[in-house]
Amino acid sequence: MAGDYKYKPTNGFTRWLDSRLPIWRMVDEQVLNFPTPKNLNYWYTFGGILTLMLGVQIITGIVLAMHYTPHEKLAFDSVERIMRDVNYGWMMRYLHSNGASMFFIAVYIHMFRGLYYGSYKAPREVLWILGVIIYLLMMATAFLGYTLPWGQMSFWGATVITNFFSAIPFVGEAITQWLWGSFAVDNSTLQRFFSLHYLLPFVIAGVVILHIWALHVPGNNNPLGIDVRGPQDTVAFHPYYTVKDGFAIAVFLLLFFYFVFFNPNYLGHTDNYIPANPLVTPAHIVPEWYFLPFYAILRSVPDKLMGVILMFGSIFVLFFLPWLDTSRVRSAAFRPIYRQAFWIFVVVCLGLGWVGAQTTDYKIFDLGPKTDVVEQIVEKAKADNVTGQALEAVRTQAEEQNRRAFDATDLGRILTILYFAFFLIAIPLIGVVETPKALPRSISEAVLAHGGSSQPARPQGAHA
Amino acid sequence: MRLLALATLSLSLLAAPLAVAAGDAKHPEHQHWHWDGVFGQFDRGQLQRGFLVYKTVCAACHGMNLLSYRNLGDEGGPEFPEDAVKAIAAGYQVPSLDEDGQPAERPATPADRFKGPHPNEIAARAANNGALPPDLSVIVKARHGGADYIYALLTGYKDAPADMTMGAGMHYNPYFAGGQIAMAAPIASDDLVEYADGTKATKDQMARDVTAFLTWASEPRLEERKKLGVKVMAFTFVFALVLFMAYRRLWRDVPH
Repeated sequence: MAGDYKYKPTNGFTRWLDSRLPIWRMVDEQVLNFPTPKNLNYWYTFGGILTLMLGVQIITGIVLAMHYTPHEKLAFDSVERIMRDVNYGWMMRYLHSNGASMFFIAVYIHMFRGLYYGSYKAPREVLWILGVIIYLLMMATAFLGYTLPWGQMSFWGATVITNFFSAIPFVGEAITQWLWGSFAVDNSTLQRFFSLHYLLPFVIAGVVILHIWALHVPGNNNPLGIDVRGPQDTVAFHPYYTVKDGFAIAVFLLLFFYFVFFNPNYLGHTDNYIPANPLVTPAHIVPEWYFLPFYAILRSVPDKLMGVILMFGSIFVLFFLPWLDTSRVRSAAFRPIYRQAFWIFVVVCLGLGWVGAQTTDYKIFDLGPKTDVVEQIVEKAKADNVTGQALEAVRTQAEEQNRRAFDATDLGRILTILYFAFFLIAIPLIGVVETPKALPRSISEAVLAHGGSSQPARPQGAHA
Repeated sequence: MRLLALATLSLSLLAAPLAVAAGDAKHPEHQHWHWDGVFGQFDRGQLQRGFLVYKTVCAACHGMNLLSYRNLGDEGGPEFPEDAVKAIAAGYQVPSLDEDGQPAERPATPADRFKGPHPNEIAARAANNGALPPDLSVIVKARHGGADYIYALLTGYKDAPADMTMGAGMHYNPYFAGGQIAMAAPIASDDLVEYADGTKATKDQMARDVTAFLTWASEPRLEERKKLGVKVMAFTFVFALVLFMAYRRLWRDVPH
């Protein structure tokens, strides 16, 4: 799809270089003059934002690693020393810790955008799968990084997450000890987590290159979800999208910098400023906000192994999405039923996030007393010859103390079912039963139909 | 519908950390602090008074092992003059080695860490009815509610409710999770310290001052951070504006 455009070296040096290492040809054809649909909206700027965030995390991380000490007795103090005594160390550390959150905000928007506009469908399945791999690597990296300050949440988060693997039948314990490098989460765990935390971002960078490669073969999807028909549908990536992405990046940075400079610990957990103590379990062990939906899915299953399977399944189902979707229309703008299912799915994910932050017995609705338990208590009191007002008092107390409630776990279960139902039932089914709206014949035709003014023209429903 | 969903998204992102508040403890009321807000900075006098309260009251049980005496003279902190910092440090004896390499003591210098009240955890527990007084270096960052919580805790001691069974040597404080805290009310009467600047050392004043000092100790770069933040935000805002105008200009003739 790279179009008819071909790079022509203009002078002796570039001609010489082009026949030896055509690097400038690649930059010219794949970046500067890469034909990009002219109707991309702001939801399409998050790829650029994510690339920037990866760079920010790697650069600040390299600087932090120069001053950090991965040792159970020294790690906590070394992080605080970075914040106190290293020049601009506080900035590096807050950029890095808040950067992780911003990275996830951006990746979630990027993924929801892909879901909405059908960017995972043929011929972009490999692009999508590489994206899911990047997301998994990001989760691993974020988890490993969160253990490094060796605060209470670092330690107990690491304990909870590594214990997932102990649910595997027969070899679970052996695998867990292999991961720990010990018989419990301790210094050897911290040191290997640091090593892997330094490694994985470069693996991510590698997969990002593949992701962009896989993007540049079919070219960008777009809010209409229809293929590019020719040069009239596209503009050169530079300067049109470098400037538009640049503007979006600057706005995103404003949000990022607000947290870094004015509310740097807001997205974290206060317990992580208490040094790790294997003898004291925090009242509530909660993961960072970006893992909360998965934590809710895990906790909604009573069986540990099933919970772990379902939690990993909630991500692995994304790998099959291109083949679960039976609709040939990509963009939700032309899919009235799917569009509603999509927004319900967004709410389900947010709801799971909320559930993940609550204690499992958090009461949402009171459903009245447990009548059978109350009756048992009253019967027992009667047998003990309690009568009259005293009996009524027993009943009232029993009713107050034994109540049924619709709690966070109940909501979590409903939302977990809805989460999987979206992928396994709604998406395959809607594609079959839905009558999509008529697609425009080309991007430029749709644009001109909207007057071709300087106002960004979008089909109904495509803007969000 | 979509706007609503977006608003929910952003709200839930922001609300997530709030949703995990500590169980049954009373929520601390928000106080007005000198360092509140985008332009908020510390009150130098308050930090100096707060240090005096820490030194006189808290330091009997609580260490601050991440701070050095030199930090008391740092820009953005209490900013004691150099002589005063040296004098404060010299008031403490720290372990050292003599000329023969034998264990000895010497007066502390500004480069030394704050000297803690107890040589180790066992000694600390032995001196405190089995409880371990936490190090206060990052205490404001380590407690939900931050400065508001510290102030509420210091001033929140009450008689226990009649129906509550208190553990031996425990004290009732509704702001503390569980309501029972091993620490006795540390600021139980006025005039525990005498302020050099003539401020009256009421209980409330001392609690506020020491909370300010602890906040600085937890975030010693707060002033530098906010000052730089204002510049960075202003620059990024103007930069975004320029890019937006460039974007509009560039796309003006492209139907899209």
